[in-house]
Amino acid sequence: MRGRCPAGQRGALRNASLGFLFALLSLLFLPFTALAADLPALTGRVVDNAGIIDAATRAALTQKLADFETKGSDQIVVATIPSLDGEEIEPYANRLFRFWKLGQAKENNGVLLLVAPNDRKMRIEVGYGLEGTLTDLHTKLIIENDMVPAFRAGDFSGGISKAVDDMVMVLEGNPEELEARGERNQQAPFDSDDLFFAVFISIWAIIFFGSIAASVLPPIFGQKLGPGRYRWLGMTFEPSRRSSSGGWSSGSSGGGWSSGSSGGGGFSGGGGSSGGGGSSGSW
Amino acid sequence: MFAQRLALPSTFRTLPAFLMMAIVLPLLAGCGYNTIPTAEENARAAWSEVLNQYQRRADLIPNLVETVKGYASHEKDTLDAVVEARAKATQITVTPETLKDPEALKKFQDAQAGLTSALSRLIAVSEAYPDLKANQNFLALQAQLEGTENRIAVSRRDYIQAVRDYNLTLRTFPSMLWATFWFRGNEPFANFTVAEDKMQPPKVDFGTKQGG
Repeated sequence: MRGRCPAGQRGALRNASLGFLFALLSLLFLPFTALAADLPALTGRVVDNAGIIDAATRAALTQKLADFETKGSDQIVVATIPSLDGEEIEPYANRLFRFWKLGQAKENNGVLLLVAPNDRKMRIEVGYGLEGTLTDLHTKLIIENDMVPAFRAGDFSGGISKAVDDMVMVLEGNPEELEARGERNQQAPFDSDDLFFAVFISIWAIIFFGSIAASVLPPIFGQKLGPGRYRWLGMTFEPSRRSSSGGWSSGSSGGGWSSGSSGGGGFSGGGGSSGGGGSSGSW
Repeated sequence: MFAQRLALPSTFRTLPAFLMMAIVLPLLAGCGYNTIPTAEENARAAWSEVLNQYQRRADLIPNLVETVKGYASHEKDTLDAVVEARAKATQITVTPETLKDPEALKKFQDAQAGLTSALSRLIAVSEAYPDLKANQNFLALQAQLEGTENRIAVSRRDYIQAVRDYNLTLRTFPSMLWATFWFRGNEPFANFTVAEDKMQPPKVDFGTKQGG
């Protein structure tokens, strides 16, 4: 009893101090987690976190937007969030747009259609690159004429798909520009010229640097067998002799250069940004 | 002969210097020599964007005033206030060179804030004129004005962030060494104050809320 009490106290004290430390640490990381947590993840072209779009419309929209992106590389994303938590919709939409990096990096041709049903607010945020085509007035008219009446009638799916149709129509209204944009941003999946060049360069580099390495490294790291003969990595090197071929293709095959970006099939932003173009409305 | 003997060593003397440069210059970049100039240029670019958006707003105003005049000519005081505030705001320019001066920036934002409030009064007043509100031209101008106000807000946020980054490079440890030994002329840029940032929201929708 007498012994346990202080021990218990000490334990409690340690627990408390640990807890305090943990609290401090979590306080330190709070800004990051908070910033990352309050923005939804980009799970697809239609991110319906508020659950106001029915499944059929969502599938149709996703298909339509995917088709539209293959045509002109413009990325349109529809997002719904239950509530803005007191924030204005304009800064929130801009933050979300930049977080998701919609549009291609060099074109900034993304559009974000954001609906916050509990705040009864919506916004069309337009990337830098499309401000000239999908102007503030266009977005205002789309909001006022397509979305507001439908939303007032409770038809979210209809209003949103009509708005998307009109946005696509406006963006397609400038066909030459759209096609040019698409060509500039074509993702060539397999370019035979490039591949040939890469193979050529890598073979050349392996021969060149490999022969240098084969003559320099064994004397340093290897085991000396005789005059000018070294044993390294289980092979015998004779750097002094000209024909030392068969030497350097050692056990550790340098299959290194793994290509970085493996798409994975999912949808992600192309690296675009927005400067606050577009307009907002409420119903 | 003599000239040749002189010329020969000079080429030899520059060779080590070149080699030295070739070795040292990448090291400089690696040690963060570029941090301060990069951050400074970013802040200047962000400021140019702020100016650009304010200019865009100023360019919209004459059209807006003309349109409103056609329907609400006896709101002369409000219209004059907007014209006057615009004239005052366009007079004060802050070039990237004067960004170090908080006074200049203060004057600039005071003038722009004056224009913001004059404009929101004009929009609020125009709510009383149904014909004006139905006018397509007015609708277009209003949409553009709203968009511009929002772009101003975004560019100001970007500027605040860029200046914070730049000022941090001048005051925090590794890059601070470069600031004290090399970039002595670099001073922190002035930033928008929080109070002024909060004055941003009185926007066009102030009027629509009152009307509805």
